[in-house]
Amino acid sequence: MNTITPSQYLPETQQQPGRHFRAEKFDFWSFFFSGLTGLATLFILGILAVILLNILINGWSAISWHFVSTIPKKDFFDASTTGVLPMIVGTTIRVFVMTIFVIPVGVITAIYLTEYAPNTALITRIIRAAVNNLAGVPSIVFGLFGLGFFINFIGKNMDALLHNPSAVWGQPALIWAALTLAVMTLPVVIVATEESLKAIPPGLREASLALGATKLETILRVVLPQALPGIMTGGILAVSRAAGEVAPILFTGVAYYMASLPSHLSDQFMDLGYHVFVLSTQSPNIEQTRPILYATVLVLLMLTFALNIVAIIIRARMRKKLRALG
Amino acid sequence: MGIHRGHRARPLEWLAEKFIFLVSLSTILMVFLIFLFVAREALPIFFGETDTALVQTVIPPDEADKLSPAQLQKYLELTPEQFASMDKDSLKALMEVKQEALDEIPEKFRNDPDARANTTDWHYLLLPHQWSDYDKPEYIWQPVGQIQKYNIVPLLVGTLKVTLIGLLFAVPLAVGAAIYVSQLARPRVREIVKPTIELLSGIPSVVVGFFALLIMATVLQKLFGYQTRLNAFVAGIALGFAVIPVIFSIAEDALTSVPRAYTQAALALGASRWQTAWQIVLPAALPGVFAAAVLGFGRAIGETMIVLMVCSASVMSWNIFDSARSITTTIAAEMAEAVSGGPHYRILFMLGALLFAATFVSNMIGGAVIERFKLKLEGKR
Repeated sequence: MNTITPSQYLPETQQQPGRHFRAEKFDFWSFFFSGLTGLATLFILGILAVILLNILINGWSAISWHFVSTIPKKDFFDASTTGVLPMIVGTTIRVFVMTIFVIPVGVITAIYLTEYAPNTALITRIIRAAVNNLAGVPSIVFGLFGLGFFINFIGKNMDALLHNPSAVWGQPALIWAALTLAVMTLPVVIVATEESLKAIPPGLREASLALGATKLETILRVVLPQALPGIMTGGILAVSRAAGEVAPILFTGVAYYMASLPSHLSDQFMDLGYHVFVLSTQSPNIEQTRPILYATVLVLLMLTFALNIVAIIIRARMRKKLRALG
Repeated sequence: MGIHRGHRARPLEWLAEKFIFLVSLSTILMVFLIFLFVAREALPIFFGETDTALVQTVIPPDEADKLSPAQLQKYLELTPEQFASMDKDSLKALMEVKQEALDEIPEKFRNDPDARANTTDWHYLLLPHQWSDYDKPEYIWQPVGQIQKYNIVPLLVGTLKVTLIGLLFAVPLAVGAAIYVSQLARPRVREIVKPTIELLSGIPSVVVGFFALLIMATVLQKLFGYQTRLNAFVAGIALGFAVIPVIFSIAEDALTSVPRAYTQAALALGASRWQTAWQIVLPAALPGVFAAAVLGFGRAIGETMIVLMVCSASVMSWNIFDSARSITTTIAAEMAEAVSGGPHYRILFMLGALLFAATFVSNMIGGAVIERFKLKLEGKR
């Protein structure tokens, strides 16, 4: 009985392919251009690091508990007495109200697109095109839309219907800013939810259907719980995107200064991003406001960035799971 | 007892399905509403219904009898009901008020032909005009003052200038990084670098603007030694940072989706990694890379806060070291002072509609190119 092992019938050079492999001659241009693309990557990373470190170092020394917990007086350029509490509250509330509107609509649309929509039908393609276009509309145009639609159309008509003596809804307000942002972040939620719904193996759905569950039951009890991390990612990404946006709220609700915190949906509010803009362009003395400017930017970045990193981690895990499954 | 199938057995299921479908139509509705309401506020400009003329031809009260009632009503800007309720004397009084209003306008403007012009007419919007105090025809955007000048050409030039600088800076960097990350880097490096670059898109644009204003403007001025510290060049570079993550992720996605068989075949034939990336993968992914640049353009042209913070003077100049005022900046900076429903307000909405159209087209092109590219890679075309 003769069995032949590979080591016996292969010539020696072929036994361990690749181990000692090396390009025959050193190719200068390959090396040069590979290095160039590597440098481009390094340059981008370097700029990112410079921006973040600069803000972190300068901001950290200026930030204090007093700063984040004080409602500033009229002159908020004064570094010793100013604070950003109303801005933190304003940004948080507008983003929170936004999620109430955007998450249900976004998730339901994503469910339609993945679970129900006939893939090649005209209506599906139109919805997809609309989502793509919505994602590309400039943020300032959303601001104009908020002004033209929510304030001048819906708000003014509400005032007329409710017989308000003066404008209550027909003026910039928290609710209009939140709704404008909800329209803006709708594609973010839809795309993230869709991605997570697609990642769920069809076998799970089929098993549930085979056990007699209806399609709706399958979606509610099997698909959605599985997709929860993805839906969360979408929500977080939308929140972090909206928290940093200033252009859409310029005409729809932000205030330059307010003595008290907003207490009603028809109130205006102060905002972190807008405050950064005000501090860096309207300050009477930029050298004196520099520390509070850095501190404000740091607070804003912590808010948006922390959320972003969480979303990226969840998404990376989900993609890994997806790859493992199929 | 047969098995009930379909919706007759489950009305709730049917209702839920219809509800889900209706909600999903909301995205279409939103795009439609955005277009409708931005265009609605701008429409009077297109129909020539706005009039900015400071001095209007005044008819002396004695000549009231020469006009027909309809002409008189239009001249006095009255509604038919108001007109019907007035007698001859009160009409005359109104005409006298008009005349007095004219007399109150300073002498300088009363004899100025520009004060009689409707500056929202498209001639004034697009063509250079020789205003009374100027010695040659010029493009001027100056919406405040007695005679409002609404020439949008400086804004278009400013927008293009800043956007193109941004793209010239961002596209090579982002595509270079995409080639490196998708083709040349080791998997471990890739897994760290890719999300890190995507983090850049998480920096709010107001923060990028702040950084450009405080740090980058000074550094770039020292490097290039130009006169004005804040100019279109600084704004363009800052804008570039904001669009790098957009271009990078789309280009990287396109490069990664090139089938591995292409790469393996090239490598097997003895090509180096770089040769494979440059001569095989990049040409195959070119439509995707092109789409990335187009979508980056759409993002850059709509970016507001960065340009608003870094430079905002409207000058008609192609010099990149001059200031520039983009369309977005103009809307953001001037909407607060524009009277709701007035000509300035309408023009700003018209600019918004223009911007919407520009991004709509670039998104459509970018999206269509990517779709075709994906189909081609799947071998369906």
